[in-house]
Amino acid sequence: MRRYLHDAAVLARKDVLLELRGRETLPAMLLFVVAGLVVFHFAVPTEESEDVGAGLLWVVILFTALLALVRAFVAEREQRLMDGLLLAPCDRSAIWLGKSLAVLAFLVLTELVALPAFAIFFGGLGWGTVAGVSLANIGIVTVGTLLAAMASVTRARELLLPLLFLPLAIPIVVGGVGASISDDPGRYLGFLALYDAVFAIISWASFEYVVSE
Amino acid sequence: MVTATVAAALAVSAIALVAFYAPVDQDGLNQKIFYFHVPIALTAYAYFALGALKAFLYLWKGDDERDLESYVAVHLGVIFGLLTLVTGSIWAKISWGHWWEWGDRQLVLFLILFLFYCAYFMLRFSIEPGPQRASISAVFALIGVVLIPISFLAIRLAESLVHPVTFTRDGPQMAGSQFTTFFVCLAAMLAIAYTLYRIELAGKRLDQHLRELRELLT
Repeated sequence: MRRYLHDAAVLARKDVLLELRGRETLPAMLLFVVAGLVVFHFAVPTEESEDVGAGLLWVVILFTALLALVRAFVAEREQRLMDGLLLAPCDRSAIWLGKSLAVLAFLVLTELVALPAFAIFFGGLGWGTVAGVSLANIGIVTVGTLLAAMASVTRARELLLPLLFLPLAIPIVVGGVGASISDDPGRYLGFLALYDAVFAIISWASFEYVVSE
Repeated sequence: MVTATVAAALAVSAIALVAFYAPVDQDGLNQKIFYFHVPIALTAYAYFALGALKAFLYLWKGDDERDLESYVAVHLGVIFGLLTLVTGSIWAKISWGHWWEWGDRQLVLFLILFLFYCAYFMLRFSIEPGPQRASISAVFALIGVVLIPISFLAIRLAESLVHPVTFTRDGPQMAGSQFTTFFVCLAAMLAIAYTLYRIELAGKRLDQHLRELRELLT
């Protein structure tokens, strides 16, 4: 067990290091999340209701996460890194866990900017929203990493990932928006936790089949 | 052949029962689309479940035949899903005056599933045929069958009182004659579904044999 976590941590560290040296994904995500909020301000009348603002936040978070997920397996594909990873003496699901942790790190860093920006622009950032975002992050990265691995072996590549991901993300949006605007966020947070648990188990168990040829 | 005959017989009796036996309730004549809409929806679920089961068997045993069966089931499931959307839409138009009703959670669920399974085809046909395509398709089909209850819960969470809930925990809220008709309709739809599944599978297998033969000749 300790060995497994160590493997995953090493793989996650590799991705974070790559990002620190290349600086390709994270700056794009930060810029996108702020630009997205501004665009939505002009697209939708947020002054009329705070609930609309909460919805915008969730859309922006989802699309920003997609940006990170689309980039997640680019190095593996372009440098044929995946073959090396598959040969490494570690459990294959550790590759998934490592990648998920790295994407989670990027997503959390982005949200550290996005949530205050949202509070400044639109106001009304409650604890329900923060808790919802934290739980939703886990669901987004676990499912997203599995789907990104699937999309990376297809001919269509990046084009395919949003198509695979968005239908699966609808329950996250329901839970997240519910947690943001409901008077009783507990139910929605519970639902998000359920989603996280179910899809984390499925992704963990099935990643091996996705990458092996 | 036998399944096709049974399916045809059941379909004829189902239509006859809907037309002459089932009572017209307070909703008027348009309520009769219920006998088609709901069985089609349940059949679509059955297809998706079958697709996932075959996908699971593929991942477990690794037999190419299971991959083909899983694909055929999902393919027909999507067609029935589309039919559910169309019949539901017609029902919504007549009952509530709009073609689309976001308050109708079952329809919304089918829209999500329809989008999800359309992506299944995009995914499948974007990978070279081979074991990797088969296992990725299988994993995606398995995710789908988990997405059904999760999405259902999500939609329930958003709550609506618009859609008439026919089956509650207290059992079906239907008169006896309605229930008989519904049951025959469901049986007919499942028999048709099974026949279609067998036919498409036979066609796909023939296709495969033909391709193999052609490769041998060249």
